[in-house]
Amino acid sequence: MMPPRRPYMNPYLAGIGLGLVLLAAFVIMGRGLGASGAFSSTMSWLVNAVAPEHAQANEYFQGYLGDGSTHPLKAWLVFEVIGVAAGALISGLLAGRVHVTVEKGPRASTAARLLCAFAGGMLMAFGAHLARGCTSGQALTGGALLNVGSWAFMIMVFVGGYAAAWFMRWQWR
Amino acid sequence: MMTPLYKYGFFGDEMSLLVAFALGIGFGFFLERAGFGSARKLAAQFYLYDMSVFKVMFTAIVTAMLGVTYLGWIGWLDLGQVYLVPTFLRPQILGGLVLGVGFVIGGYCPGTSVASLATGRIDAVVYALGIFAGTFVYAEVYPAIKDFVNSDSMGQVTLPEVFDVPWGLVVFAVVIIAVAGFWGASAVERWIGGKS
Repeated sequence: MMPPRRPYMNPYLAGIGLGLVLLAAFVIMGRGLGASGAFSSTMSWLVNAVAPEHAQANEYFQGYLGDGSTHPLKAWLVFEVIGVAAGALISGLLAGRVHVTVEKGPRASTAARLLCAFAGGMLMAFGAHLARGCTSGQALTGGALLNVGSWAFMIMVFVGGYAAAWFMRWQWR
Repeated sequence: MMTPLYKYGFFGDEMSLLVAFALGIGFGFFLERAGFGSARKLAAQFYLYDMSVFKVMFTAIVTAMLGVTYLGWIGWLDLGQVYLVPTFLRPQILGGLVLGVGFVIGGYCPGTSVASLATGRIDAVVYALGIFAGTFVYAEVYPAIKDFVNSDSMGQVTLPEVFDVPWGLVVFAVVIIAVAGFWGASAVERWIGGKS
């Protein structure tokens, strides 16, 4: 049985919790958190499994496959992201927030929403690769370390989001 | 005691993967707690009626920043051993812009999409498939754009170094900007909330 649906945590408390996890990563590992790199490792492994010659001839995939001595899925970020899924599931179950659903505003159709989700994911992959990290690996991690590129990146994420918001209003409101 | 523990040889590579899993659980837990398992809540940041993304992100940044600063000052953390992503200014500016647009269209960023698909969101599953597709396309075009991606290199560099000001001063400035931002964000939420 699911417990009743509970309201979200105060954003400042959740932020402190997230910040302490990030601080623990710095102190224990000497690196921050991330997400997009796990997708890159997984994709490199997939392409290598389906078309090994193609993957090994590609400079990008080759970077993740290495000399073949280590399995591409035996990567720090892959383990971390599996943890993210587990942690989110634990929190969601405790708060009664696990539901199979499509998130969208009242005016958007499910098909349009899913199409946008796919397109947004593709854009995100490009942005994260150009920036050498996403909101986790760059904005959050580099933000706390006062990394120059991370702050430039973070400001531009908000600029890009607000610039595109008006055109996507139909999907959310 | 000297940290980072891993860099000072307290444990090895195999153990570091278990650490990754444990840290990930904490990360995912607080993402979901904050409401970031919901694309509507995340997108609301860009429509100004719920600025939780800004509040959570900047509280986390300030918390971790004050933590590393303090631990560095008392000599427990060797900040030089904490990995900094090198700066390639123009590619990262463009990357941020593309990612921001992708955020509003897709409703997630990579980390929050994992928290969302784990809590049942179908659109987050489709979004993750989009990341895989985008990664594949990126890999295919990488040779053609490699020169741009690796351009404008500044190395591993921090704001205090670039502007030649003390670390503590930048920390202080970030805290002031964050607090002012929190006040402004709440004011905007009330204003937009009052209109609609």
